[in-house]
Amino acid sequence: MEILCLGLSHRTAPVELRERFAVSEGALPGAVQRLASTAGLGEAVIVSTCNRVELYVAAEESARGIRAAEAFVAAEFGVETAPDGAFFRLPTREALRHLFRVVSGLDSMVLGETEILGQVKKAYSSAQTAQATGRHLNKLFQRAFNVAKEVRTKTNITRGSVSVGSVAVELAEKIFGRLSECRVMILGAGEMSELTAGALKARGVRTIFVANRSYERAAALAESMGGRAVHFDRWQEEFDGVDILIGSTAAPHPVLTAAQLRPIMRSRMDRPLFCIDLAVPRDIEPGVNALEGVYLYDIDSLQAIAEHSMSIRRQDLQVCEQMIEKHVDEFQRWLGESRAWASGGLGAGKGPVAEGMGS
Amino acid sequence: MAGGICPVGVAVKRIMERLALAGSTLCFLAGSAFAVYSMGARTFRPSRASFWVVLAGFLLQTFFLSVRGEALGRCPLTNRFEVLVFLAWAMVLFYLLIGTAYRLSLLGLFTAPMALGIQGLALLVPGLDRLPQRVPAPNPWMEMHAALSVLAYGAFALAGVAGGMYLAQERQLKTHHLRSFFFGLPPIQDLAVANRRLVAVGFGLLTLGLLAGFAMGGWTAHWVKVAWSALVWLLYGGILVAVGGHRWGGRRVAWLSLWAIVAVLGTLWSLRFISNPAA
Repeated sequence: MEILCLGLSHRTAPVELRERFAVSEGALPGAVQRLASTAGLGEAVIVSTCNRVELYVAAEESARGIRAAEAFVAAEFGVETAPDGAFFRLPTREALRHLFRVVSGLDSMVLGETEILGQVKKAYSSAQTAQATGRHLNKLFQRAFNVAKEVRTKTNITRGSVSVGSVAVELAEKIFGRLSECRVMILGAGEMSELTAGALKARGVRTIFVANRSYERAAALAESMGGRAVHFDRWQEEFDGVDILIGSTAAPHPVLTAAQLRPIMRSRMDRPLFCIDLAVPRDIEPGVNALEGVYLYDIDSLQAIAEHSMSIRRQDLQVCEQMIEKHVDEFQRWLGESRAWASGGLGAGKGPVAEGMGS
Repeated sequence: MAGGICPVGVAVKRIMERLALAGSTLCFLAGSAFAVYSMGARTFRPSRASFWVVLAGFLLQTFFLSVRGEALGRCPLTNRFEVLVFLAWAMVLFYLLIGTAYRLSLLGLFTAPMALGIQGLALLVPGLDRLPQRVPAPNPWMEMHAALSVLAYGAFALAGVAGGMYLAQERQLKTHHLRSFFFGLPPIQDLAVANRRLVAVGFGLLTLGLLAGFAMGGWTAHWVKVAWSALVWLLYGGILVAVGGHRWGGRRVAWLSLWAIVAVLGTLWSLRFISNPAA
């Protein structure tokens, strides 16, 4: 039995093309059933996310299997797969490697992201429920999930935060521990500050104050975040209970200086203050970092941390590839043995009971 | 005591307690090796292994102390050797009690090297473990005084550990140089709280220990010890007062608790811990 993969991803096709082949969650069981029952194919799994549409099939013979999958795509989407180079067609060994790399996050836009594993798991269980999978793909996907787990736990590929928002969250957790008790104040409603505050909120922050030159904008953002709007010239009155300050105003001069902050910090010595300055020019005077209990990060330092985590991930890429290669070898050996059993070549008596042999 | 009548039994017990102590020291050595490895490696992966190693070390310590205590018929604090082991035991005890919140954190990794250091000193310095010719008649006040004081030093030692971790974490957060072992350190606010609480617990125990010492009576004869204990008491009391008034941030408390335990352990060495009229 051969395992084949026909698909397109963010590496080979722009989003305008990918969206034409996307299979919605509701349509997935039907589509995967039709693919599995296409002549020449026995088993199928369809992985469809915003970054990739991939058809995994088990077929008796490589070239015929690929042709069958292409025929399915043509019939299903009314589009030819052949003309542009967007589609990749992977024979067994490459298909195995590709799947293992995909579930491990090595083929993702953000190296090492873990969301894809959940998406593939969902795709597989949908195919399984639709009875489109059999012995080979069941075994393959189980193996793939184990590979992903191994890669994740034994290497640094998912380590660290690689976006400004997630770095801010990680730092906040390293300062305060649980974030549920923390109060956040946003100075200046902007896209970056909204994203960062959103990431903090997703991790349990309950109280959010928004102060903006335009009060309407502050009120709108506060409402969308479940927070409270504050008049910009009165933000200092609310400042006492704040643990995390996000600055992103368009002000040409610092909004918060060390001289302002010093007496405030003296009265709250045992509670740290995390300042996130996303503004350019900066909102918070760099000198505040020297005050005890104040931790100031500007956009550059957050980005530097994100890039550092990314480089740590990249360093481990080689190790991941080696791990995956080992599993590819193993799985291919298993495929070879099961093929030998199926054809009665290797001690026919010992082989697995013929199940779904020859489609 | 039965052990006194049967010399073979005494010898067997001596070997047993030695083995237990050596075993526990090995546990802390393993814990320390794990700590060094984790910091040397690019990343720190929290592991339960370090916790179990420290727990095993603690159980072996407890075994040692109970065998020794049984043999002496009193709390095993009759010489410097026992005091050191008891101190290491007290420190690990507080780690296990307070560290449960950070069970997977680096607190255990820092505790293991410290316990290894104290216990290694006890084992390696020759002639420390001389059994007194005559076991002094147990005075419950004196025993309580000694035990509570050493427990207090255990809490102070762990406060020093938490203080050191606080300073490491603070440095990383301030300088933005997040080394990989940053991943494993507990949140700085939790470290500050643990630091303060351990100082408070140690101070309470030390106060009780001193009260027991006064109840023991005859303290004028040991004025050096009394003065020294009073200094330690004032030192930690001062830290607590400053913390209570919110006058000091975590940084100063961390530095002080670190230096205080270094000073205390340094001078403890030159004091006779237990008043032993026979010596």
